[in-house]
Amino acid sequence: MPTLTKPISGWGRYPLQTCELERPERYADLRPTTTTLIARGQGRSYGDASLNENGRVILTERLDRMLELDAKQGILKAEAGVTLADILPVIVKQGWFLPVTPGTKFVSLGGCVAADVHGKNHHHEGAFAEHVLSLVLILADGSHINCSATEHADIFWATVGGMGLTGIIAEVTIKLLPIMTAQMMVQHHAAKNLKQLFQMLQDPALDDQYSVAWIDCLASGNELGRGIAMFAHHAGTSDVHNSTPLTSKHKRSRSLPFNLPAWLLNPLSISLFNKIYYWKEARKKRPFLSDYDSYFYPLDALANWNRMYGKRGFVQYQCVLPEATALEGLTALLKELSASRRSSFLAVLKRFGAQGKGLLSFPMPGYTLALDLPIRNKGLFSLLDKLDNIVLQHGGRVYLAKDARVSDESFKNMYPRYEEWLKIKNKIDPAHRFSSSLSRRLNITGSVK
Amino acid sequence: MSGNVLILGATSAIARGTAAAFAARGDNLFLASRDMDELQRIAADLRVRYGVKVFCALFDAAATDSHPGFFQNVVREMQELSGVVLAFGLLGDQQAARDFSVAEKIISSNFTGAVSILSLCANHFEPLKRGFIIGLSSVAGDRGRQSNYVYGAAKGGLSLFLQGLRNRLYPSGVRVITIKPGFVDTAMTFGLPGLFLVASPKTIGQQIVRTLNKSADVVYLPGFWRYIMLIIKHVPEFIFKRMKM
Repeated sequence: MPTLTKPISGWGRYPLQTCELERPERYADLRPTTTTLIARGQGRSYGDASLNENGRVILTERLDRMLELDAKQGILKAEAGVTLADILPVIVKQGWFLPVTPGTKFVSLGGCVAADVHGKNHHHEGAFAEHVLSLVLILADGSHINCSATEHADIFWATVGGMGLTGIIAEVTIKLLPIMTAQMMVQHHAAKNLKQLFQMLQDPALDDQYSVAWIDCLASGNELGRGIAMFAHHAGTSDVHNSTPLTSKHKRSRSLPFNLPAWLLNPLSISLFNKIYYWKEARKKRPFLSDYDSYFYPLDALANWNRMYGKRGFVQYQCVLPEATALEGLTALLKELSASRRSSFLAVLKRFGAQGKGLLSFPMPGYTLALDLPIRNKGLFSLLDKLDNIVLQHGGRVYLAKDARVSDESFKNMYPRYEEWLKIKNKIDPAHRFSSSLSRRLNITGSVK
Repeated sequence: MSGNVLILGATSAIARGTAAAFAARGDNLFLASRDMDELQRIAADLRVRYGVKVFCALFDAAATDSHPGFFQNVVREMQELSGVVLAFGLLGDQQAARDFSVAEKIISSNFTGAVSILSLCANHFEPLKRGFIIGLSSVAGDRGRQSNYVYGAAKGGLSLFLQGLRNRLYPSGVRVITIKPGFVDTAMTFGLPGLFLVASPKTIGQQIVRTLNKSADVVYLPGFWRYIMLIIKHVPEFIFKRMKM
């Protein structure tokens, strides 16, 4: 199979590493190589999870066929390279939705499994793996196995959230969520500070199918953590005055054709943006209808928005803190951030429910905060190490799909089920054929052979 | 308007893009190639995405003896066939093609096989006075170059055959369109050095289907290849023979 050697990166555009790309177009050509390899779907993990410096990267983008849609039961079977953007128009018009969706639809189905992604409904529906009925995994020896919560269950729970390190995820079967319309009914509430924001996310009277909060990271003092809590559910037919409630307008995506200069996003411009955004969104006091694209995927409207952070790229720092320590821990994180005079253009807070069974899955009951931090200088990395310490002190962890820099020691403390995961990895891939820049950075697998 | 379209060599990336564009406008499809597992995956995908009927069957361009039986089966399954897309092609290894046995394979799949199946299609459409034949040739067929002249000769032969067929079928109202793709982002070109302005197979597929609404007979895709090839074709031979292309 022909290969293409070139530097690639994840969505954060850091790090940039030279990898040997291979892009099978036939299902039969999707197989492990004799060198180390990692599968890469849309490359939407932020750091080095889909990179394999000086090693093989298998692009799954051409293996994107939807194989079966049971429109009565709401079950979809597809090749792992298919994107959520391709799946959505097909299932929505038949009255189904993704049971769990991340904040972009430009991710592959395989990536959703490998990172065990979560959405704004984790506190009700759990992570993506909860809805995976079964998957086909290609092992290091080239054999294909079906695995699920009942078949090869150990391999299944090592694969969901396993960052592609157990094998190539080739096919995935998921259970869909029934919907009546393509619209969302959204309700915003403005919170003056972090405590109030927490209370809103916890309040059963306000809670809905989906909840998420936007935080103004630049607000400080009494207003630290001020933000907007956004609740939503799939609208019913009575909410929508439309004879074809399952149709939605096709929106044209704009794209950012070049890198913006890094100085454009500075504390002043971000602070201005945040003030306007807070003021504008806080005014929405009554529930309103929104199409699902605008609600779930606002950033997808601007393709290549990662170029906004300039040539040096950015790091997304996403951590979760347990319920009991979350308020204290997040206050400490936000204080550290504002003391560093670094600001995040995007800061999102979500509530997590019960922990799933994925051994390396990120979610745990509590609260998760995501920050986008442009890389201007090396100082950012020492700040992030400080944030790691706060997260560890409060019993939390960082999200591997977003990570580009956590230390192996911190990782092992954050993921207590790692040892159990490694036993399964060693059993099915003793030579550590499946290896990525992330797995070597975390000392999970050895060096490139 | 929904029709029934036969796609020969349906597992290539361009063919997949073309099949999707036909399915998107509501056409039912008959997909044929040498790889049944792939055909079934592509067929399933088209059914799920577009809700059209998709049949598939094995087809080997080089096995010309099997073509009459194959085509009868297509006509039986599809009832009213509206058109055919010939998308198969074998680039082969040009170095190895210095050996006649390899060159012969390239010629028999790209040219002889194409003539065999297209003759059957032409004879089917001519008396019906309707239908279309879209043949995927190549810019490589416009001028012989050391890097792929066996493939180029076979595709050049195909271009001439399509041209003659167009002339023959014009009075019957059967459209014959020659498509000459430039660099398309497929398995054939992945990793090759020196490519520029590579087009996505999905876009090329849409453009192929769109040619049916236009009057052009020979279509370069993407369109700017018409000008590139115009220049290449007009380089005097005494210069061209010295060039490394």
